[in-house]
Formats: sequence, structure tokens, C-alpha cells
Amino acid sequence: MANHEETPEEKPETATTVPREKAAFGMPLIKGLANTLSHILRNEPNTIHYPAEKRTPFPGYRGEHRLKRDELGREKCVACFLCSTACPAHCIEIVAEEAPWGDREKRPRLFNIDMMRCIYCGMCEEACPCDAIELTPVYNIPSRSRGEKIYNKEKLLSL
Amino acid sequence: MSDAGTPLLDFFFAALRAIVIFAAVLQIVPALVYFERRLAAWIQDRIGPNQVGPVGLLQPLADVIKLAFKEDLTPEGVDKWIYRLGPALVYAPAILAFTVIPVGMDLQVASFDVGVIFLLTIGGFSVYGLAFGGWASNNKYSLLGGLRASAQLISYEVALGLSVIAILMTAETVDLNSIIRQQWAPGAAGLLEWNLFQQPLAAFIFLVAAFAETNRLPFDLPECEAELVGGFHTEYTGLKFAMFFMGEYVAMITMSALMVTMFLGGWSLPWVEIPTSPSIVDVALSVGIFMGKLVLLLFFYIWVRWTLPRFRYDQLMNIGWKVFIPLSLLNLGLTALSGVLGWNWLIPLPW
Repeated sequence: MANHEETPEEKPETATTVPREKAAFGMPLIKGLANTLSHILRNEPNTIHYPAEKRTPFPGYRGEHRLKRDELGREKCVACFLCSTACPAHCIEIVAEEAPWGDREKRPRLFNIDMMRCIYCGMCEEACPCDAIELTPVYNIPSRSRGEKIYNKEKLLSL
Repeated sequence: MSDAGTPLLDFFFAALRAIVIFAAVLQIVPALVYFERRLAAWIQDRIGPNQVGPVGLLQPLADVIKLAFKEDLTPEGVDKWIYRLGPALVYAPAILAFTVIPVGMDLQVASFDVGVIFLLTIGGFSVYGLAFGGWASNNKYSLLGGLRASAQLISYEVALGLSVIAILMTAETVDLNSIIRQQWAPGAAGLLEWNLFQQPLAAFIFLVAAFAETNRLPFDLPECEAELVGGFHTEYTGLKFAMFFMGEYVAMITMSALMVTMFLGGWSLPWVEIPTSPSIVDVALSVGIFMGKLVLLLFFYIWVRWTLPRFRYDQLMNIGWKVFIPLSLLNLGLTALSGVLGWNWLIPLPW
């Protein structure tokens, strides 16, 4: 915002700076027609038949969350609350309980994510010290009620 | 097809011609809507409507069914009769004007002595439809749309008429079949006999004015979502809206048909001899030639629509009054001069 004083020479050519006699008549008109005709003849649509034909998400796409299990089938999460602290939308609700296993102190009793509030920023995944939560590339996640959009621990583990 | 029979038989054939030709023109409209949408999609690298029926061919039918089942809403405070008259006055002139167009060898709904002049007169009536629709809607934006439409149509009608007059001067007739016959010559050189090459300036003016007359882009100013909340048809729903829409498409077909007849040799092709006593096969062939030219021109309409942005209203008026009307007058003068001096048009050329 600091330097708004440009000399006229520095200005890029825009619709308003093109001289009147050079405006869209003659050659530009024919060029435009040639361009559109080439699109008709090429016929390479950029769109897909969405419900019938699904797009593969790009690598690193942030969709629905899931909780991971370790090799013994136990949830990796240790209920450290780092994800819910990092969450800018405050959509992760955790209630901890004592873990029955010797290698950790706590595990989550409740682990709810309100998917309606989630902004899919991936901060929870970044914050997690145990690599327990991650965002999957699943983007097709409609549901019939708001209640269904609060995912509990079982749902998150099963994904 | 002017067999001297009993009056009853003549009447029967006239009625048959009218029904068949009008029905055929009306069948072009849904096809045109479909191709317009598909071509638009292709130009924009989309796929377009392809779900209803094979490759989406039934999409226009689905649209019509949707429009037919919509509530036929009449807003409060409208002038009811004029409100109802509006769409009809857009639609009826467009289809009526088609009566004089020869769709095949001497095949037209009705052949009058006035030919082209009838077409231009009746075609001009569609201004009333647009103005009535805009005025009767009791909506200031519709009114502005209607006014814009009438101003635009009246302005460009002058240039359109003047470019047609130049053709009538060289043809020395208003009968469209004679005009077509005059554009025919054997062989590839016969192509140059087309008025498109004989009168290139008139052809260009006619083409642009036809775009403006049919409210097509880049001259579709009567309709404008951004400024007018739609335009003259904002307050129309269901089949009344469909009628406006159909009227516009029929007008487009009529204008293209006139262009084909006046400038592109109509139902004739330079390589095909015109028989003096045509058989039914010859007539069918000529209808095919006419349709082929018509389809090419309609493709051009759609192609231009999805290429060019629209003009501003002052630009539209400037081009109309300061460029096209003087140009068409100049063309008229040159045509008259060359006629008096006995030259062919495009003076130095040897043919």
C-alpha cells in the first residue's frame, strides 16, 4: 500500500489504456473467433461427470479426520489435548481417562470432533506428538443431521 | 409448386405447406437451444447437457416440461391484456415473417409480390412485443429493458433495411426466388455471383444488423442481469417466458434464412443446375441445400455469441447511427452509381 505513485509508462496495458482505435475490432475479433473455434474442435472438457465419475484428490488434500491404532490395535492417542489446544475452531472435545496399559498414563474416554465447526486446516495433525490423528483425502461427507456430524472416538477409529 | 388445380386443391396445398413449414421451423428451435448449450459448453471446456436422453438430446423437452409446469404468475398492477399480448407479439411476427422465405425451389408458405418488404414490415412488429412486455410489467427495470429493446431494434432496422434495398436495386425485384436465381451461375465461379461477394458491404451490414435485431450477443442489451434484473421479460414466468424465448429463436432463424436467401444463394448451389420443371426430388434437394446453409449460419450466430463480450449501450447506439447507417447509405449510393454507369459491383473486377 505504500507506493501508489506509478509513472504512466509503468502501467500494464489494460482495457482502459488501450487506445480507442486499437480496441476490439478487426484482428482481435478474428483472433477471438479462432480461439473459440479451436476450443470447439479440441473438445477437451476440464469438468467431469461428478457423481458418476469421482475426482482423485490431490496429494495432501485435507478431508475427513481419522484416529490411528498402533500395531497392538490400541488407539495411539494419549489424550494430551495438544490437538484441541491447537485447533483454531475449537471443535475437538476430549475427556481423558487412565490408560490400562503400562506404556502411557492416559487415553481418551471421549474424543469428539464437531465436523460442522472443523475448518479442515490440519493443525491437529501437525500438533499431535504421537501421530495419532490424521486427515484423510475423503471429501464426500454429507449427512442428514447436525448430530451425525459430531464424530465420536469409535467412528474416528473405524475410518 | 404452383400447380394450376381447382381452388379447393390449391387451398389444401397452401394449408399443407403452411403447416409443414411452420412446424419444421418450430422444430428447429429446440434443436437450436440444445446446440447452443452444447457449443457454449465446448467453447468453455465444459461438457454441457448430456444426461436427458441420448447425449442430452431430450434436454429441450425437459426444459419445456419444466416451464409448462411452472406457476403462471401475473404480478400485481400489470396491464393484463398488454401483458398477455407482449410474448405473442414477439413470437407471431417472427414466425409470420418466415412465410415469404423460400425454403426450397419455389417452395414457400405464401408468395406475394412484395416478398422481402413484407418480411421486414412484419419482422419490425416484434418491437411492439418487447416494448409492451416491458411497459405492462409494472416494473421500472422491465420498462427500461423494453425501451432499450425498442430503441435498439428501431436503430438497427434502418441499417438492415438500407442494406436490403441495395440488394433489391441490383436484383430489380423483391421476389426472393428471382433474387436466388440471379445469384446462380454454373461452376465454382458461380460462387462469386452470390450477393455476399457482389455486395460484401451490404452483407456485412446486414449480418451485424441481424445480430442486433434478434437481440443476440454482442447486442443483447435488452436483457441484462446486472443492470436490469433481466430485462423486458423479468416479470414473465412459465410458458409466457418460453414464448418470448421461442420468439427470439424463431427471429434468429428467420433472419438467418433471409441472410441465406439474400446473400448466400438460398436453395441453389453453383454446381447444381436449376431445373426448369423441378421434380419432387429436386425440391427435396433444394430444401437440403437451404437447410445446410441455414445451419452453418446459425452455428456462426452461436459461435459469435460465445466469443464476443457485449457492447455498452452508448457504444451500441454509436455504432448503429454513426457507423452502420452512414455505411449503408454509402453502399446504397455506390450501388446506385454503379447501376447507372452499368458497372458490376466491385468496379474493377472483370466478371
